Amino acid sequence: MPFELKGNMELNRMGATEYLMMRGISKNYDGTQALRKVDFSASSGEVHAIVGENGAGKSTLVKILTGAVQADAGQILLNGKPREINNPLIGQRLGIRMVHQHVSLVPHLTVTENIVIGDMPTRKLKWWISWPEAHRRTQEILEEVGFRRINVRSSVSRLSASQQQIVGIAKAIAVKPQILIMDEPSAVLSQEELKHLFALIRKLKEKSVLILYISHRLDEVFEIADRVTVLKDGILVGTVNPQETDKRSLIKMMVGRTLDEVFPDRAFGAGAEVLSLKGLSLEGSFENISFSVAQGEVVGLYGLIGSGRTEVARCIFGAEQPTSGEIRLSGQTIRPGSPRDALKAGIAMLTEDRIRDGLVLFLSIRDNVSLANFELMSRWGILRRSRQNSLIQSKAQELNIRPPNIDRLVRTLSGGNQQKVVLAKWLLARSKLLILDEPTRGVDVATKQEIYNLINGLAIGGMGILLISSEMPEILGMSDRVLVMREGQMAGEFLRQQATEQNLLACAAGITEKSRGE
Amino acid sequence: MPTDISTKENGAPAHFAHLREKWFPSGSGHGRWLDYAFIGAFVVAIGIGTLATEVFFTEANIKNLSRQIVSNGLISLGMLIVILTGGVDLSVGSIVALGGVLSAGMSDKVGIIPAIVIALFFGGVAGLVNGVFVARFKLQPFIVTLATMGIVRGFVFVYTETPLVSRHPDFRFLGASSLGPLPVTMIIMLVCFALIWIFLNRTPPGRATVAIGGNKEAVWLAGINVQRTIILAYVLSGVFSGLAGAILVSRLGIAQPSLGIAYELDAIAACVIGGAILGGGGGGAIGTFFGVLILGMINNLLNLHGVQSYYQEIIKGAVILFAVLARGRER
Repeated sequence: MPFELKGNMELNRMGATEYLMMRGISKNYDGTQALRKVDFSASSGEVHAIVGENGAGKSTLVKILTGAVQADAGQILLNGKPREINNPLIGQRLGIRMVHQHVSLVPHLTVTENIVIGDMPTRKLKWWISWPEAHRRTQEILEEVGFRRINVRSSVSRLSASQQQIVGIAKAIAVKPQILIMDEPSAVLSQEELKHLFALIRKLKEKSVLILYISHRLDEVFEIADRVTVLKDGILVGTVNPQETDKRSLIKMMVGRTLDEVFPDRAFGAGAEVLSLKGLSLEGSFENISFSVAQGEVVGLYGLIGSGRTEVARCIFGAEQPTSGEIRLSGQTIRPGSPRDALKAGIAMLTEDRIRDGLVLFLSIRDNVSLANFELMSRWGILRRSRQNSLIQSKAQELNIRPPNIDRLVRTLSGGNQQKVVLAKWLLARSKLLILDEPTRGVDVATKQEIYNLINGLAIGGMGILLISSEMPEILGMSDRVLVMREGQMAGEFLRQQATEQNLLACAAGITEKSRGE
Repeated sequence: MPTDISTKENGAPAHFAHLREKWFPSGSGHGRWLDYAFIGAFVVAIGIGTLATEVFFTEANIKNLSRQIVSNGLISLGMLIVILTGGVDLSVGSIVALGGVLSAGMSDKVGIIPAIVIALFFGGVAGLVNGVFVARFKLQPFIVTLATMGIVRGFVFVYTETPLVSRHPDFRFLGASSLGPLPVTMIIMLVCFALIWIFLNRTPPGRATVAIGGNKEAVWLAGINVQRTIILAYVLSGVFSGLAGAILVSRLGIAQPSLGIAYELDAIAACVIGGAILGGGGGGAIGTFFGVLILGMINNLLNLHGVQSYYQEIIKGAVILFAVLARGRER
């Protein structure tokens, strides 16, 4: 037992008896530093909230704890013992459970099967499930959670979003975890259900479960948390007691950063209106959105995840059909039924996840850039190789794609160069309006700079640009105007001079009185 | 540290990298050793063929071999296009029978060429049904083509319960005639392969077909009509199967309604041996051509040695497993 002893001694020296200690945790994703030497600790029987902006590293931190992600450096101690959590199974065996933001349930199975899936009660014969026992146990667990009204025999796909969330929580609790992680658990819950959830959390606290509570909603954090840890740009800013602080100072901790990117200056001269939206709505996503983008203008669209900003963009691009409202492009009402229509009308959109829906990884740079631009480079239905080469080569040069060989498979490129390939595809399309959804996500600093310069160049050239980003400095540094969305509504509009990190975040999180409109 | 051998890229030791880049430039869209494994397999098959029997390299045998592979070649070509989109077409065998009975049954009434056109047309219609259900109604290709496999076979038996023999004097011309050393049917197949190579490598819908198997969402967001492209793939598969049926019946001289059962297996096998990946993400016309050749040679060699057809199935199955294993390991 010398190992254990050493752990304990170390604890004593530090004068702490925290159940969970994460030390010097660092994580780098393709050149983006998600976490930098984070020292985080929390005790049993505590509700510990973790807050921070999008991309601050909250999710990465808890994923490292569950074993879903491996840290590059650092150590995790549970009850003083160093533990290697290499995969989620180990995490689960150590009593670490997570309730995900997007619930991970099997939709076509029943509530019972989902909750006791890993530990089905059997009859004397193994492999012979005792259903009455399984249902009874599930009912018990649901009662303990405080939600009795869910039918354990119905399939999960027939439950509402909030009921599914509850089943997800019940599933996590069923195994009596030591550490329960909740990632935005309240997003789909009603006020009433939220009360139940808080009651449940308090009950779990009494059983000395450690609860890590991730939320954007500071009101909830102040109501339920014993301590709050603030992350920012992958650095742990501090841990505070909510009794000794207020929302204002918490927000200051979340945003008070140094601008490390240099945003190029650009003379702002907006021309004629390119895009205007009037009362655009998409049921279940956003409501009554109106704004405009002019030639040569960069309009920033900010909002927390789930605010509906991406869905607005997808509607403009024809990837989603709005339920009501009007889209005008250069004064003409359009109703793009597909991205193809939008592209023909003069709209291009760089989507937020290049791997999921921006690139065909096993094809070359040439093929990927060509996809949106076949008309430019074919005659009588046959691709003109020389024209294709010269068009793509010159774009690759302009964007400084490395290596400069357009036959390279996109899979072999770095994140920054992959993003440039997507950009090249859309730039070649010479649209009037360019929508950029998270254009610098997972991109190294040097490429970021290049992309910023590029955006400015395009704006000066007269293109209208709608910039969607979770990165506050990017929004502030690049936009002529900033629109803020919250929960599917337009929450505010700020001119470049008025926009500060604090009032944008306050507006996006709905903390202060509604911001001044237009 | 001997870095030149310790660093590996794409499974090949680094000191081979420059050779690979020279011989197989990544410009072809491939660039991995195993993408060219079919060439090695082909060479091995020829070697075995030459060593194992003297008859193999005779003119008669090669002619015979090239006649035999034509129908599977055409079916595989259609299958390849469907596989590239991430799907699979199980109905090809039934469409072969449809093409066969139609071309034999109609040639008496309308003449040979119109009969073949009719066979192609109804092959295309069957493919259109597949394509619409897969692309428009978003059903799984496996299930859709399994269903049409049964439906088309049913129609074939409705059309004729007994084998059809055309009374047209020139009916066997297509299957029997040669142009120089090459059978006419082989030339047709080679032309089709060339056309599909051009389609897949040099035309917008062809490039889109290849891209769809990799990332359908990205292709759609790039403003391409994904539904139409997928439907086209199934139509082409149906047309090629119909053509294969007409050619096969012309060679055999008789159109059995039970023709073409289990042909989908040989076609999928040829694509896979030629480097295609089920679910999309690899494969091309040249690879499939070699796949067809290799499979044809295996059949031919086993025939020459008088190996029972049951053993042939076992050996073919083993070759397929090996080909998939080689690809699967790499992915």
